[in-house]
Formats: sequence, structure tokens, C-alpha cells
Amino acid sequence: MSTTLEIEVVDLAVTPLRELNQRLHDVALNGDGPRRWRIVNPRGAHAVACGLDAELEVEIDGHVGYYCAGMNKLAAVRVRGNASTGIAENMMSGRVVVEGSVSQSAGATAHGGLLVVHGDAAARCGISMKGVDIVVGGSVGHLSAFMAQSGCLVVCGDAGDALGDSIYEARLYVRGAVAGLGADCIEKEMRDEHVAQVRGLLGQAGLEGVDPADFRRYGSARQLYNFTIDNAGAY
Amino acid sequence: MCGIVGLFAKSPEVEERLGVHLVAMLAQMSDRGPDSAGVAVYRDPVAEGLAKLTVYSPHSGEDWRAVAAAIGGEVDSVRASHAVLVVPTDAADAEARVRAARDDLRVMSAGRVIEIYKDVGLPEVFAADFELHDLEGTHALGHTRMATESRVTTEGSHPFSTGLDLCLVHNGSLSNHNTLRRMLRREGIEFQTENDTEVAAGYLEWRLREGATLEQALEGCLEDLDGFYTFAVGTADGFAVLRDPIACKPAVLAETDDWVAMASEYHAIAVLPGADDARMWEPEPGVVYVWDRAVVA
Repeated sequence: MSTTLEIEVVDLAVTPLRELNQRLHDVALNGDGPRRWRIVNPRGAHAVACGLDAELEVEIDGHVGYYCAGMNKLAAVRVRGNASTGIAENMMSGRVVVEGSVSQSAGATAHGGLLVVHGDAAARCGISMKGVDIVVGGSVGHLSAFMAQSGCLVVCGDAGDALGDSIYEARLYVRGAVAGLGADCIEKEMRDEHVAQVRGLLGQAGLEGVDPADFRRYGSARQLYNFTIDNAGAY
Repeated sequence: MCGIVGLFAKSPEVEERLGVHLVAMLAQMSDRGPDSAGVAVYRDPVAEGLAKLTVYSPHSGEDWRAVAAAIGGEVDSVRASHAVLVVPTDAADAEARVRAARDDLRVMSAGRVIEIYKDVGLPEVFAADFELHDLEGTHALGHTRMATESRVTTEGSHPFSTGLDLCLVHNGSLSNHNTLRRMLRREGIEFQTENDTEVAAGYLEWRLREGATLEQALEGCLEDLDGFYTFAVGTADGFAVLRDPIACKPAVLAETDDWVAMASEYHAIAVLPGADDARMWEPEPGVVYVWDRAVVA
């Protein structure tokens, strides 16, 4: 039986992806097995370390393709490279860190946990987020936090057009420029509790040298998603 | 779906092995486009006063020497159903001679540098049939097709010629191609298929003919084309990339001291030497990116 200090190394240049993911799932199913994993030579493969459901530490050395760490539960996944579409999509809990940049729909529909992107995130970051916290060291693309329902999106750089379009109750914090706000998304007062929340999330993300007081807060004007009797004819 | 790859050599080593790299990249994009594949390779320019055509014949065992003789040219090379013919005239006249001699043949590309090969079938099978691995060249584009808008045929495969030494590959689909095709036909642009990408190619050909630069023609797409697209355009000197403003279709770019590459997904770039340490980024939506020898060299 493995001790917690040992690292299980899997080389995707020789090990089939399904075998790797099955071995990671088996830890959750059987309750024992290596807790620390290092995956080398991902070479842009899709669905690396998807569907984890145990307190694992998984490091991936290199760039990954679509849906890496999708549906993650409990595990801590670190990508030492870039990630393509849908990193940590539908994450339930745990922590996913990308040291490089990510493509679109990062953290899409995620219910919980923490997603940290040290570089930039492309379009639709946090689309339909449902409770996840997302911290981006760089900038996010257009339509980020589209229909976001709850959780926080913290952007240390700039945000693209239509930020928070049709947003519900998520909180958006942006330090840089916002190219444009989406429908029903407005700027809101940055009170002490919000500065504290940003400070806490930056701390969890391990991003240093960023002043939480520099952020501005955006959220829902609550005009779009509430039933309004005046609009009855449109429903 | 559909997959796109592009490779631009910055070193003689990559130029020598362009075909090998192109085939490896194309194979990685099979999942995105298993029904057809095609490449445009820029190589071996013919001398001034000569035209280079890539011609497709639907007949196996085509007598290419007879075709060449009929148009007053010579056979440079034959790959599967395609032949490269060199004709001592300008490219437009060479194309017209092919049409006059044999209306069952299709000119896939015309110019002094470009060669286009394309066919139905799995990308790996296509690459093997056309022996693409032995091609040297300065740069190339490739495409793997999953058809959505029109039939799976050799003619409907990408790349599409958009004028002399120009071609287009496309991932996405266009909604207003029938309207645009009617407009472009009135402007004298000819179409061979009902394919949406051929309309985008015709649009670029028309804009360039009317005096637009490549950048202006591509920026015009943002106004005039309705639909999803990542485009890659090959030119005699390099290539250009454009994604629609919504950016549903993926693209990633990477650069080292030896090459510039683009692909729909990173794993098609991962097969290139030095990819792990390449500078990588995602092209911004609605922004035209251009590489050519003058800029990169």
C-alpha cells in the first residue's frame, strides 16, 4: 500500500488516457491507492484527470486539452502549462490551478471549489457558474460570467465585452478595465466586506502583490430575472 | 466541427521536413474531421512567365501527359488524383486552357507557388495516398472536414482557392452563403459547389479583385459573413488567421525560433519539435493575424 508521500508518475506518452483516468477513479471507488500523482507528456490530450472524487493531489506537467479536471470533487489538480476549453467545468469541490492561460468556458457551470488561473482566461470564463470561486491573475474574454448564478469571479486584469450578461447572484470583481457590461449587470459599491472577500480569495489563490482595494464590484441589477407583472405579456 | 492546421517554416530544417510535420498535424485533427482532408503547400516556385496549376481528375489513370500537351504545358508531378502542371503563360490563361481542353477536370489551385491536394476519406489515408510526407516547402495549411453544409466530395473538401496563390480553410458554418453566392455570381465570381466555404473564398477573391488588401478583405468578413468561423488563409508569403467575433470555433497559435503554427487544438501542435517550449496564445476574436516572410524573417 502506498504512503501519502510517494508520487505515482504516469506518462501519457505510453499510458492510455482511459487507463490513467480509471486508475484515478479507482482510488475513490476502492478507498485506497496513491494519493499523489504526477502526469507527464499530456500533449494537449482531452479529459485528463476528469471526474475525480477523492482527496488526491494531481500535478500535470504540460499543456492539456478540453475539459481537464471536469466534474472535479475533492481533488487538487495543478496544470503546469496551459489548458484548453472547459477547464474544471462543472467542478463540485476541490481546487484546480493552472499556471499558464486557459481557453474559453473555464469553470463553466461549476458548483463549488476554487479555480485559479495564473495567466489569462479566454471568452465565457465562469459561464453559468453556480457557486465556484474563480480567480484569474490575468484578463478574461468576452461574455465572462454569462448567466452566472452564484460564487465569485475575481479578475486581476481586464474583462472583455458583455461581462456578466444576464447575471443572477454571482459576484464579479475586476481590477482592470471592463470593455462593457452585459444585460442587467451593473457596477456596485465596493464595501469593506467585499474587500475582505477579495483579500481572502487572493490569499487562497496564492496571488501576491495585488491590492484587494483596487477592485471594482459588479453584479445583477435584478431587473431581468425577477418576474415583473408589467412584462407578463412577454412571458 | 472540422480541424485546421497551419505551419510556417522559419528554418531550413523545418522547410525540408514540412510534409512530415504537416502529415503529423493533420492526423491529430482526424477526430474533428474524418470525412475529407486537404492541404495547400507553398513550395518550389516556378520562374516568372510560368504558371503552376494543381489539377484534379475524377478518372483513375488519367493521362496527364496528354492533358499537359493539350494546354501547351508539362507535367511537374502526379499525386493520386491530382497533378501539378507547369504552363508557359499566366495563371489565368493556363486555367482557361484547362477548361477549354477538358471540362471534366478541376483546377484546384493556380499561381506560381501554391499546390492544393484534397480528397474524401480519413486524413491519414489521404496523406498516405498523396505521399504528402515527402513534400518540402516554406509553409502549408491543412484541413480535416466534418461536413455540415454540403455533400462530402473532393470538390467540397478544403482548401478552396481564393485567387492566385491564395487559399482558404474554414472551421465553422455560414448562414448567409446562398444570398452571398447570388450576389457574387452577379459580380462574375464562379462557383463549383453548394458549399458555404467556397462562398467565403469567393467573397475574399471578389474583395481582393476590387483592390482590398488581404487584411481589408478579411475585416470585411466580420461585416458581411453571418455564421461561425475560424479562417486560415494561405498566401504566397505566409498565412493569415481570423476568428468570428463570437469565437465559438477554437484556434491556438504557437511560435518557436523554427516555426509558427496554428491549429484548432493544441495536440496538433504538440507533435512539432520544440512544442513544449513554444510561445503559445489564443487569437483574439475578430482580429486579423498575418504572418509573412517580410515580418517573420
